[in-house]
Amino acid sequence: MAEEIILLDLWASMLGMRVRVALAEKGLKYEYREQDLRDKSPLLLEMNPVHKKIPVLIHNGKPICESLIIVQYIDEVWYNKSPLLPSDPYKRAQARFWADYTDKLYELGRQLWLTKGEEQETAKKGFMECLKLLEGELGDKPYFGGENFGFLDVALVTFSCWFFAYESFGNFSVEAECPKLVAWSKRCMEKDSVSSSLEDPLKIHGFVIMMRKELGVE
Amino acid sequence: MAEEVKLFGKWASPFCCRIEVALKLKGVEYEYIEEDMLNKSPALLNYNPVHKKIPVLVHNGKPIAESLVIMEYIDETWKHNPILPIDPFEKAMARFWAKFIDDKFWALWPGVKKAITSSGEKEREEGIEEAQLHLNALETQLKEKKFFGGEKLGFVEISASLLIWIVVFQEVMGVEILTQEKFPALHKLTQKFVDDDVFKQCVPPWEPLVAYFKAQWGTLAASK
Repeated sequence: MAEEIILLDLWASMLGMRVRVALAEKGLKYEYREQDLRDKSPLLLEMNPVHKKIPVLIHNGKPICESLIIVQYIDEVWYNKSPLLPSDPYKRAQARFWADYTDKLYELGRQLWLTKGEEQETAKKGFMECLKLLEGELGDKPYFGGENFGFLDVALVTFSCWFFAYESFGNFSVEAECPKLVAWSKRCMEKDSVSSSLEDPLKIHGFVIMMRKELGVE
Repeated sequence: MAEEVKLFGKWASPFCCRIEVALKLKGVEYEYIEEDMLNKSPALLNYNPVHKKIPVLVHNGKPIAESLVIMEYIDETWKHNPILPIDPFEKAMARFWAKFIDDKFWALWPGVKKAITSSGEKEREEGIEEAQLHLNALETQLKEKKFFGGEKLGFVEISASLLIWIVVFQEVMGVEILTQEKFPALHKLTQKFVDDDVFKQCVPPWEPLVAYFKAQWGTLAASK
């Protein structure tokens, strides 16, 4: 039976990008459907009735939601190409633990561009603490997955195209605080699966400007 | 090499209960180490430096933290009596619902806290309503699901065992939140846990649990 893969996504979403990277790693063809979250499509509401959010992967008509759950699903179904999770249970547990941890960056990052003053400072501090901890976890390895690009790399790398936007509104430099992490993100960008899935940081910056206007943040 | 399995936990924690259930379902022998969360041991801080929380499973010296991550590790290491489905789609669903349960549990906590610590009746009612909103979300979703139908308790059911703690909170507060009429599916589920042989061994004894939270929240209400 021919595989039918549909991805419901928003171009700027770093969570959606995780799925795009995973699909590209596996060399999978899929139909990308851009969603308007201000006017949610009947398909989105049908496929993710619980959260009504993107990304949603629809595989042969069956929906899978939550970006990290989707990436694991992709890894398990198409296990014979570019495995993302290691085979050892302990290493898998570590990858899952840290991948869940990266989710903190989503809300902290939002606060960075949504708020001002003390609230923003708190978010910035939290954000940098997370990145530093992650940089520590990377150590001297080329990838979080060791010699090979893996699950945790997928979970985190998509935030890198948002760094420029975070830095602009938060007034800080990721490279100054976490040079190894920035070097790692550049190394990841050398991979086709990553460079073809991540968005242009300038476009993301433009997106945030638009969102701030819409949400009435001065 | 002999297996060495240690569980750092807190007897009153629903997240530790999950791990004990999983270990018992697999017949894994383990050493339980009770942690004083107000005076965390150097071992705990060493094994979970990121969150400094329990539960932490230490298997042959290697630590794993976060209850859902630990449960998957247990399932992958001791492969008999599987907790997670084999089929990738069913597995994804199980992960989704376990996460949903966790999110809702944490979401209803502020409402519960408000109801316990507020001095005014109106605020108390508001707190209960807030908590029930999230219970509603759980009830609606769980009612339609099939995984509670079978005899076997799996990943989602083990995760859902923390609902028993809501029943404990009710007794502490002297207020019913999880009523049978409003939440028949959830109510039925909590009964299932109470009746299950393995859960019975892992769920803390009722009276001490109620007393523990009464003491905890006495402090909360007093500090307000």
